[in-house]
Amino acid sequence: MGEALNFEKSFEVEGGSFQNAGNVSGQIKGILKDLGVSTDIVRRVAIICYESEINIVSYAKRGTITLSVTDEAVKIESKDEGPGIPDIELAMQEGYSTASAAVREMGFGAGMGLANMKKYSDHLIITSELGVGTCVKMMVMNFQKMLHPDLPPFTL
Amino acid sequence: MTLNDVKEILEADVLVGAEQLDKPVKTAFAADLMSDVLAFAKPEAMLLTGLTNPQVVRTADILDITAIIMVRGKKPSEETIKLAKELKIPILSTRYILFETSGRLHARGVTGCIEKVGGEM
Repeated sequence: MGEALNFEKSFEVEGGSFQNAGNVSGQIKGILKDLGVSTDIVRRVAIICYESEINIVSYAKRGTITLSVTDEAVKIESKDEGPGIPDIELAMQEGYSTASAAVREMGFGAGMGLANMKKYSDHLIITSELGVGTCVKMMVMNFQKMLHPDLPPFTL
Repeated sequence: MTLNDVKEILEADVLVGAEQLDKPVKTAFAADLMSDVLAFAKPEAMLLTGLTNPQVVRTADILDITAIIMVRGKKPSEETIKLAKELKIPILSTRYILFETSGRLHARGVTGCIEKVGGEM
């Protein structure tokens, strides 16, 4: 068996402009492919990264997305400096949104972002402080590796 | 069916990806809401949409969408075209409305990438 996988990298995301929205998700997708992560997990992580990026661009001043990859899981942490979420339970509901008209014109802001992030991750923890910002930690598990520990990581 | 057949059926202009017209296509997803595309579209599907901004291309890239079909005669911005070229995602533009575009493709054997929502991943 090879070395255990242990990769981590952080990316800055600028708030307010859709110009580069999706750039970080594209980079993360490339990194995961290069690490040999299975297609299904790459796709799920790419989606939750992209929704995280869109949220930072739509609501916050700036944010940081951190990717960590081990044999067992891919973790994404999205931390922003923004207004915070007053009612997290309400924000998690499909269809609830406070997005601006500009965000809606881009095809987002329909209240699906956090719901999608939850749908495509195995674990999601969200914490938020009003006037400070929001942090979403998500994990996509590599169940194949957990079921078959002898296999090299991410081969299935 | 290939992307070239789609071009013929929809009398579409190929704006990006003329060299990829031999790509096979079987399924599609149609929406103007990118969050719904992210929630329900599947890899290899075509994306039929009336939106033309660069986020459509980003969304297609994240999901490994085969091609973007812009309906209602919509033409994307230079920025959208540039990004699609960079990410090698074909864009076709048809004057048919979304309903007609979907109907014509479905009648020729293209199916939805999912039939209805509920419980699927």
